[in-house]
Amino acid sequence: MSILAYNGGAMVAMKGENCVSIATDRRFGIQAQTIATNFEKVFQMGPHLYVGLPGLATDTQTVMEKLRFRKNLYELKENRLMSPKVFAAMLSNLLYEKRFGPFFVEPVVAGLMPKTYEPYICNMDLIGCINPPNDFVVGGTASAQLYGMCEALWEPNLGPEDLFETTSQALINAFDRDAISGWGATVYIIEKDKVTIKNLKTRMD
Amino acid sequence: MASERYSFSLTTFSPSGKLVQIEYALAAVAAGAPSVGIKASNGVVIATENKHKSILYDEHSVHKVEMITKHIGMIYSGMGPDYRLLVKQARKMAQQYYLVYQEPIPTVQLVQRVAAVMQEYTQSGGVRPFGVSLLICGWDSDRPYLFQCDPSGAYFAWKATAMGKNYINGKTFLEKRYSEDLELDDAVHTAILTLKESFEGQMTADNIEVGICDASGFRRLDPSHVKDYLANIP
Repeated sequence: MSILAYNGGAMVAMKGENCVSIATDRRFGIQAQTIATNFEKVFQMGPHLYVGLPGLATDTQTVMEKLRFRKNLYELKENRLMSPKVFAAMLSNLLYEKRFGPFFVEPVVAGLMPKTYEPYICNMDLIGCINPPNDFVVGGTASAQLYGMCEALWEPNLGPEDLFETTSQALINAFDRDAISGWGATVYIIEKDKVTIKNLKTRMD
Repeated sequence: MASERYSFSLTTFSPSGKLVQIEYALAAVAAGAPSVGIKASNGVVIATENKHKSILYDEHSVHKVEMITKHIGMIYSGMGPDYRLLVKQARKMAQQYYLVYQEPIPTVQLVQRVAAVMQEYTQSGGVRPFGVSLLICGWDSDRPYLFQCDPSGAYFAWKATAMGKNYINGKTFLEKRYSEDLELDDAVHTAILTLKESFEGQMTADNIEVGICDASGFRRLDPSHVKDYLANIP
C-alpha cells in the first residue's frame, strides 16, 4: 500500500464570498490502528494564510517546519507578509527540489490575498504540481469521497456560515466512508477580520 | 602552489582603518564615463555617455544600458567587463527569484542581492573589488525606484544622482533642477542636460544611451527616439 495512506487523513478547502474554509479530520493512525484523535495537520502561516499537509505524518511535520523556515526568512528579508499565491509557489518549489525522493504530503493552501482579501485556494501533488480552481480542493486518503461530496454540496458565493456548513458536511460524510480518516474534525473559516476555528464531534468508530 | 600566495583577501585594513582597495575602486569609478539617473512621478530614467575613440566603431552593437527583468534596468560608471559580470549575475538572481516565488523580483530585493555579491568581492581571497558603481532602476508596487550600488557593497536610494567623471558637478546640477512632481519626459530631458554639462564634443544620439522604466516596464530608447529629445535641447 502507498506510504501516503500509512497514517490516513482527509483535507478539504473551499472558496466562499470574501471568505475561505479549510477543514481536516483529527485522526493519527498506523494503518488500521488508531493512535490518537487530536493530530494537527492544518497550520497557520499568516494572519490570513493556512496550509494543510495530509499524508505521511512525519513528513507533515517536517514540511511544516521547512515552510515556516522559508516563510519567516522571506518576511524578514522583504518586510511584508507572504501572499497565499507566493506561499503556494514556494511550497511547490520546495517539493519539486525533492522530485526523486519526495515528501509524502499532498498540500492544500487556503487564504486571502493581502490588501484585496481575494480568496485563494489550491492543492498540489507530492512533487508540487499546483492546481488552483475556483470552487474547492481536496487531499488525503478520502479525496475520492471528498470530490463526490464537494461536487454535490458546493455552490458559488457562500457566506461564512453557509461555507462552514457546506465544508463540514462535505468532510464528515466523506471521511465516514474512509476507514483511516475521521475521529473528529476541525474547520477553519477565514474572513477579512476574523478566523473561526471549530472542532466538530463526529463518529468515533 | 603559486596562487596560494594570494588566497587571502587583497582588501585589508590600513592602520588608519581604511580599505584602500575600495578607495581605489571608487577612483576607477570616478574616472569612468558619467551616468545619471532621475526618478519622475510616473517613471524613472537612466542615461550614460557611450563615447568611442574611433569613428570606425560600430556604435549600436554593444550597449551600456541593460535590461535585467521586464521591469528593472541597469547602467554603470567604471569598468565595462566588471559590469557585464554583474549584469549576468543580476539576471540570474532575478530569474531564480521568479522560479521560487512565481512573482517578479522587487527592485529592492535585486539591489540587495547585487550589493551582497559586490560586498563578497571585498572580503574573499584571490579577488579584487568591482571597478563599477551601478545605477539600478525599476518599477514595482506601482512606484518607481532608483538605486546606486558601490564597489564596497553599499547601496543608496536616490531621487536623482550622477556618477562617474564630474559627478560632483552633475549632482549640483541635479539639485538645482530636481522637483518632486517631475514627469518622465521632463526627467529624460534633465538627464540629458546633466550629461551635457560635462560632455566634451558634440552630443549625438550615437554617443549617449538612455533607458526608461515606467508602469509598462523597462526599455532602452533607440537612437531615433534619443534624437527627438536632443532636438529639444539648445
